[in-house]
Amino acid sequence: MRLKGKVALITGAAAGIKGEVMGFGGASAWMFAREGAKVVLCDIKEDLARRSETQLREHGYDALFIPLDVRDEEQWKRAIAQTVKTYGKLNVLVNNAGQGYMNTVEQATLDIWNHEMDVHAKGTFLGTKHAIPEMRKVGGGSIVNISSIYGLVGSQTSAAYHAAKGAIRIFTKATAIQYAKDNIRANSIHPGFCITPMTHRLQEDPDKLALYTAKVPMARWGKPEEVADGILFLASDESSYITGSELVIDGGMTAQ
Amino acid sequence: MRLKGKVSLISGGATAFKGDPRSEGKDWVLGIGGAAAWLFVREGAAVVLGDLDEDKGKKAAQQLRNAGGRAEFVRLDATNEADWIGAVSFATSKFGRLDILVNAAGTTFIGGAEDTPVDKWDAQMDVHAKAVFLGTKHAIPAMRKNRGGSIVNISSIDGINGNPLGIAYSTGKGASRIFSKAAAIQYAKENIRVNSVHPGYTDTPLARQGIAKLAAAGIPDPRLPKVPLGRLAKAEEIAFGILFLASDESSYVTGAELVIDGGVIAQ
Amino acid sequence: MRLKNKVALITGGASAVQSELMGFGGAAAWIFAREGAKVVLCDIKEDIGRRSETQLREHGYDALFIPLDVRDEEQWKRVIAQTVKTYGKLNVLVNNAGMGYVEKIENMTVQQWDHEMDVHVKGAFLGTKHAIPEMRKAGGGSIVNVSSIWGIVGSEGGPAYHAAKGAVRIFSKAAAIQYAKDNIRVNSIHPGGAWTPMTEKSLTPERRATFIAKVPMGRLGTVEEIANGILFLASDESSYVTGAELVIDGGLLAQ
Repeated sequence: MRLKGKVALITGAAAGIKGEVMGFGGASAWMFAREGAKVVLCDIKEDLARRSETQLREHGYDALFIPLDVRDEEQWKRAIAQTVKTYGKLNVLVNNAGQGYMNTVEQATLDIWNHEMDVHAKGTFLGTKHAIPEMRKVGGGSIVNISSIYGLVGSQTSAAYHAAKGAIRIFTKATAIQYAKDNIRANSIHPGFCITPMTHRLQEDPDKLALYTAKVPMARWGKPEEVADGILFLASDESSYITGSELVIDGGMTAQ
Repeated sequence: MRLKGKVSLISGGATAFKGDPRSEGKDWVLGIGGAAAWLFVREGAAVVLGDLDEDKGKKAAQQLRNAGGRAEFVRLDATNEADWIGAVSFATSKFGRLDILVNAAGTTFIGGAEDTPVDKWDAQMDVHAKAVFLGTKHAIPAMRKNRGGSIVNISSIDGINGNPLGIAYSTGKGASRIFSKAAAIQYAKENIRVNSVHPGYTDTPLARQGIAKLAAAGIPDPRLPKVPLGRLAKAEEIAFGILFLASDESSYVTGAELVIDGGVIAQ
Repeated sequence: MRLKNKVALITGGASAVQSELMGFGGAAAWIFAREGAKVVLCDIKEDIGRRSETQLREHGYDALFIPLDVRDEEQWKRVIAQTVKTYGKLNVLVNNAGMGYVEKIENMTVQQWDHEMDVHVKGAFLGTKHAIPEMRKAGGGSIVNVSSIWGIVGSEGGPAYHAAKGAVRIFSKAAAIQYAKDNIRVNSIHPGGAWTPMTEKSLTPERRATFIAKVPMGRLGTVEEIANGILFLASDESSYVTGAELVIDGGLLAQ
């Protein structure tokens, strides 16, 4: 029970249905719940999220869905207030909400740019800003921000995604330095190519899939559970001396 | 039981010895390899402690067995290839397999570029870089038989950034960091994962040795102000990171660096 | 003449008046001009921008100031069009425009966040996006994005600044990968502590001393030292360098 008694809020957590492809948020929700945490699922995808919430409860877990557009500060304030009202506190925040568009720099429109930066970077900033006072009240906490290998290196296929994931990576370190004395830890996770609803379309094209897989030393894609294991480790007290660090889960891709 | 049924070999494992307050005084701590050993045993693994210190090593193995774990000691000079061949063979014959290798053996030398004697340089490169290479080289065939395994190399934040006070140490740790990535790429297809752990300032016997002179002179620990978390790490906190990388939970993690430093290099 | 016949556009280039404290953009403008380039200075600070333009011309250099708010796509299009109309091409782009809020995360408003991210990151994106077609026409080019050591590590300083500089760092790599085949190179530069109009405001003598104590070289960098790095990346000497990070910090990050 590595998260016994903890309350965790996970954004982008709607895709958490057993039997269907989960996202990192959904997979984390199940793992967190298994390890004793009360889990707050946040997402804009209400239908899917409510189904996940129902399923988690049917398994006897304490789960609550709160609709949240991470770009909106007022919604963040309400979501965190509701979390604390329901469960008494907040110990863990997982900033996972995200979306990727495939386009080169030249193809990127301002709309895509703004959307990506807002969901990933601004969303992480707002969540962090409003979680910190609550974590301070309980003597500490852990913030896990989902960046990406695309927050470490470039690629042919994205523009704003890289900028946004790079922003998260370093913003996390600033958070870590600034709130270490409050015992609030902040770390970033950098998944490689993983099988999630977000990469679904890519996987339907066998030629494209093979191209990507060829870049991975492990010669396969990662599973959401493999990333969730990393999120769990950073969320739990086992990582009590880890802050400002980057956990890369990518089958060796960026090691070469 | 996150390591149920697994067999591990830990170099520098004699630091698992828990001192007796009556004879050793209250002032002992576990080393990183030792803390990993205790945690591994708690999680269901069999542990082979490899170390130069036979006395402590044998006692530590007995302590682990007394606590209900499966543990053995083998004499291992991590810079000696024949010893490695023997240690791996010992592990597989005692416990039937080898799943995990933790390269935690290490010493330190304080000296800059101009005042490091060549033999001290060589010794540091041997124990931090060559030892990691030798351990990896001889563990892999055994892991291949299992169709997989996990190698965890204990590097340091000094292997990411330079430490001018211990330049040979820093270089050796840097070698270990990048060696880990090369090995990771090479053996990824065989499901053998290789990662490095980068502890910051940790309270271990080795670290206490390094700071002994300052401590004796009553000088406050110069490392503490650099740590955002405001304290040293406990060996157990490093061990949890080693556990994560050793277990199947990190099944998609290879060629990565796990920094456990209270925020020192994040700034 | 390491930039002979090249045309370079530098954002945040207004502070280029000799005898006054220059910014990285301004220092780069003088060094580029000295090395044979025609220089387009862009900035929102019009007065000092025009004074810089005048001074450069008085020294016999070919310089042009064009007002530019880097957050505005239409302005970028006009500025690049005007550059090409005046000088025939564009070879080098230096995305240097920037500012910094020092509020802590808890006290930072969304407006401040947006402002910071727009100037640094969106500005670099828009500049890159519209420079590329022109560089492609010229057979290649070099884009130098001014990030910071604060795009590599965290600190007690402005969190949005960190996020923005981190974004620029990785955005540079993406652009580098995508346009390498067009011979357009994209790199990021990471200055450490340096004495500029921006830091002059924020570095009190006490803070300066505390900071310098941590720098292995024991001092701040000068704008020329940073500009020399920008020059290297802008010139053909760095023809095999792309997607890289050039850290100019007196050793601060290496420890």
